Amino acid sequence: MEAIQAHGALWSLKEMYTYPNEYIYWTIHIVIYPYITGLVAGAFVLSSLYHVFGKEELKPVSRFALLFSFALLLIAPSPLLFHLTQPQRSIHIMMTPHFYSAIAAFTIVYMTYMAIVLAEIWFVFRPFIVGQALEKKGILGLIYKVMTLGSYDVSEHALHVDEKITKILAFVGIPAAGLLHGYVGFIFGSVKTVPLWKTPLMPFIFLMSAIISGVAVCIFTYLIVMFVSRRFICKNTIRSMCKVLSLFLVIAFLLEGIDLVFHAYTAEESWGILSEVIFERFGFEVIFIQWIMGMIVPMIMLMLPNVGLPRAFIASTLVLIGVFMMRWDVVIGGQSMSRSLAGFLTYKIPIIPNSIEAFKEGPIPVVILLSAPFILLFIFNKVLPVFNDITSEEDCYATPEKPS
Amino acid sequence: MELTRRQLLKMGLLSVCGTVIPISALEIFKPDALASLVHPFSKKKRWAFVVDTTKCMGCGMCAKACKLESDIPFDTEVQRTWVERYVQLKTGEVIIDSPRGARYGFTANDPQGRELKDEDVTKGFFVPKLCNHCEKPSCVQVCPVGATYKTDDGVVLVDRKWCIGCGYCITNCPYFARFFHPIYNVADKCTFCYQRITKGLNTACSDACAFGVRKIGKLYDPDSEVFKIITTQRVAVLKPEFGNEPHVFYLGLDDIVK
Ligand code: SF4
Ligand code: SF4
Repeated sequence: MEAIQAHGALWSLKEMYTYPNEYIYWTIHIVIYPYITGLVAGAFVLSSLYHVFGKEELKPVSRFALLFSFALLLIAPSPLLFHLTQPQRSIHIMMTPHFYSAIAAFTIVYMTYMAIVLAEIWFVFRPFIVGQALEKKGILGLIYKVMTLGSYDVSEHALHVDEKITKILAFVGIPAAGLLHGYVGFIFGSVKTVPLWKTPLMPFIFLMSAIISGVAVCIFTYLIVMFVSRRFICKNTIRSMCKVLSLFLVIAFLLEGIDLVFHAYTAEESWGILSEVIFERFGFEVIFIQWIMGMIVPMIMLMLPNVGLPRAFIASTLVLIGVFMMRWDVVIGGQSMSRSLAGFLTYKIPIIPNSIEAFKEGPIPVVILLSAPFILLFIFNKVLPVFNDITSEEDCYATPEKPS
Repeated sequence: MELTRRQLLKMGLLSVCGTVIPISALEIFKPDALASLVHPFSKKKRWAFVVDTTKCMGCGMCAKACKLESDIPFDTEVQRTWVERYVQLKTGEVIIDSPRGARYGFTANDPQGRELKDEDVTKGFFVPKLCNHCEKPSCVQVCPVGATYKTDDGVVLVDRKWCIGCGYCITNCPYFARFFHPIYNVADKCTFCYQRITKGLNTACSDACAFGVRKIGKLYDPDSEVFKIITTQRVAVLKPEFGNEPHVFYLGLDDIVK
């Protein structure tokens, strides 16, 4: 009888000396988990910029960003379900959370954040929902009626109160989004056995890359949707988003730079093998895709004057790819150096789904998980439309906050 | 009507707090959990292990016996205990290997499949490894559901019925003592043969070792050989820099040991 394969043996190749139990245990789903969570945080921050700081230019996308952030949020924990070897037990995290573990508190941070986002969506869309509930008949009407939660008051005063509450929620949501994602960074930063992860900067690095990826995904999606549906695209809005993106790009780049310089300068025992991982084994991924194409090139593109739509689109696509690569480099790169510091592991994602494990860990769930937020957004948009019909640049900010 | 919205907000807030606070209260006020953060090197009787590497011949009987004692498929490439071979050459190069976790023993002079001449080798030795049953186990610290825990007598165990299989503990063990059980699909590791030692027996690996390399016993127990060795001889632990306070003590450790 053939021996049962060890979990991890399917996709880990070992070189030189690695411990007998050493495999790549955190795989592709641990790459997309922080990726999607990051998109949530970024999209939310973008929508808050309008509500809290009154950045008028961002008004046309603030609802879209909010709803998109919700769609992403719904999907965010699902990669974990593919990752766990006992997904049916995931409820144990709620039953006996062990708070010294960075994963345990995720549920609570997640739930709190979900409550904030849901509440904000409700307040932002309330006038629209009420309008539809009164107007629409049949199933759709019923859905809207349920969504009003029994509150039909759309008087001037009520709307004013709504606006205030939205502002507070958007404001509270920013630190919550930061917490949600900084916290994901902490999951890695707290793993003391992986030299690449063990840095107190990890939460901030993750947070900054989260914001850039979230803003980028909003630019990317917004441009595609508006273009495909042949709607007018507000140039100023895109420009403003690009400004936000470039600002955070600089911060993210600096943070990652500091981290690397620090590792190199202190040159602890692990630096020898760590530098081999960063500059040789993952040289193309880290230096070319993550830094040059994912950060430096878009930074330059966005900082040059007169950013047009094509440039915004290309830059945001590059950022999206770059941040994905960063997650990959952190998760896979971190584990690709043996904890013995005397060997390497290479990750080969199982392409052919010839067993349940190979399917679970393969590219199919990845594609499903990454496209799910877009599908959700499409569905949500049917009920709560977020893409406005605008015809001219002046219209962009003049769109009244009432049912369209 | 405004009331409804206010009520809704209140309700939302209450339900979030209502779930969060009771759950957290259970955990945060658990004295054990608090103590685990500031625990000094414990003075209570607890299990510890001694490995005398100077006597190890690399026969691998311990690794074999361990596989047979525990219910892990023999030929799956994971080990609760394994033996490493270290060979240092005149050039200063260090070659390390542990073919199949040494459960078939080291039978030829071929580290990493390389042919070596005797005169090129300056030193060579074997180092058996197992879970260190750390006093401050970083594996226990990160388990999100508390499925892995430390017993009162210092042994770190996994609750197979509760583990969700996130692999956080596996990643956070500096020694890679953990792996996923090939059949149960939960985290698994050396248990110091808890089922045996609590009945007054030896661990399977120490029984299998013909050279007296491996010894189990209790700290602060005047009759225990392990305690005598640790208090009277020069012992060392693996990777002390991680702060886990490992409780497998080694005789004859060298700085090339990883
Ligand atoms: S050696 Fe590893 S698995 Fe064993 S107690 Fe220490 S940290 Fe946990
Ligand atoms: S794999 Fe199991 S024992 Fe290990 S941290 Fe996850 S839930 Fe806990």
